[in-house]
Amino acid sequence: MPEQIVIIGAGQAGVQAVQSLRAEGYTGAITMIGDEAYPPYQRPPLSKAYLLGSFARERLFLKPDAFYREAGCELILNTVVTAINRAAKKVTLGDGRTLSYDKLLLATGTRVRKLSCPGAELAGVHYLRDIADVDGLQNVFKAGTRIAIVGGGYIGLEVAAVGAKRGLDVTVFETADRLMARAVSKPVSTFFAEEHAAAGVKLNLNTSVEAFEGKEKIEGVRAGGIVHPADLVLVGIGVVPNDMLARESGLACQDGVIVDQNAMTADPSVFAAGDCTRHVGREGVEIRLECVQNAIDQAKHAALAMLGRPKTYSEVPWFWSDQYDLKLQIAGLARPTDQLVLRGDPKARKFAVFHLRDGAVAAVEAVNAAPEYLTGRKMIADHIKVLPEKLADLSIPMKQIAQG
Amino acid sequence: MPKITFIQPDGTEQTVEIAIGWSVMEGAVRSLVPGIDADCGGACACATCHVYVDPAWAAALPARSEMEETMLDFAQDARPNSRLSCQLRVTSDMDGLVVRVPTSQH
Repeated sequence: MPEQIVIIGAGQAGVQAVQSLRAEGYTGAITMIGDEAYPPYQRPPLSKAYLLGSFARERLFLKPDAFYREAGCELILNTVVTAINRAAKKVTLGDGRTLSYDKLLLATGTRVRKLSCPGAELAGVHYLRDIADVDGLQNVFKAGTRIAIVGGGYIGLEVAAVGAKRGLDVTVFETADRLMARAVSKPVSTFFAEEHAAAGVKLNLNTSVEAFEGKEKIEGVRAGGIVHPADLVLVGIGVVPNDMLARESGLACQDGVIVDQNAMTADPSVFAAGDCTRHVGREGVEIRLECVQNAIDQAKHAALAMLGRPKTYSEVPWFWSDQYDLKLQIAGLARPTDQLVLRGDPKARKFAVFHLRDGAVAAVEAVNAAPEYLTGRKMIADHIKVLPEKLADLSIPMKQIAQG
Repeated sequence: MPKITFIQPDGTEQTVEIAIGWSVMEGAVRSLVPGIDADCGGACACATCHVYVDPAWAAALPARSEMEETMLDFAQDARPNSRLSCQLRVTSDMDGLVVRVPTSQH
């Protein structure tokens, strides 16, 4: 049994590891180090309810302070880790301190991908990753303000929806030919494009941003040779994993810290969980996931592995997004070669797209359709085969379809 | 603040104060009530904050939304008095509410 566990990163994966380690009977020391000013908090509401202003900051925190006290977890905040010395089993902190570990968990998450176009450093160009980002955005997020959103993915579109609701003049720029292209199928992209357009959001697909214009602060966005006036820019073009520490310590990294199905690196004392990892997924393909589900489930497996009781991580990934009154829920990982089956009518604002692979449900995207999402998730886990015509038939309830 | 009592499967009771406007789930998490996982943090996306409302209270609470209804339909061991605690917004009328925590959320 280890006696000293150090967790680098104070986010969803880190806090889950603390909880799981204690639940599994670990009685040694735990130290968690975070580079933000706050204890672990939920990121999903940042671009949704928190930006809307309907959610107080104190509600973001994943656990009360008492949790860390009772769990005997020393929380070191506002502090970066500058190096991992795997030979000596020590980490060095930004303030010069060193901490020894028996087992080390990397739960370092991601950081935003930055734009490097001309004008990228102008005042008024915002990114959205943490509480401080949203608090900064909030000051200028006012009705009548013209906001240009770069990136038509989850973050960009959630901010677009909140902006439209709060009376901002919203324009979205997306380089791909459809919205959320990395995450959803075409019918779902099309549906959300129509919803955003109906809310007054101007969508520019197939459009790359060339430069931000302005003297001291942002005045416009140049895209497709045209300057679109803007008072404010929000860039949401994805994230990159924080794998530098691991890389510098000699651990294998490739767009993420490479771990096996037990969340273990090649070093038996070092584990990693959450957005920062690249792992072999349940389908046997290497993936890096950016979601709450992976942070929680992989951290649970990392905790077990750290205690010498590894258990293969094979949970079905799931994701969600809230835009307007629409709840998009996704389970599984789709592939371009999957057979798509539409269940329900997008016009009813309640439908699902199933992805069949070798006759079995491999992924589902559900819009305001919880039964399809939940049943689909279970069918994916159990490799249930189903006929497309049955899946598309709304007169057959999902509970019955779940039997295959 | 309204006081809400959580009863564990083994009978252990815990009464916690929850601010008006917060969800019952948020109050449970904040007071470290075991058995309320709330993986999605209250987005009505995961059905891991399932509770059983004391029958005396069931009728006094706002009705389930369609989304909650369907999420519960798939929760383990759902009963007529099942609720997702993330969808129960605390009001002054809920002072004294009693809910039971299920054996498992998964």
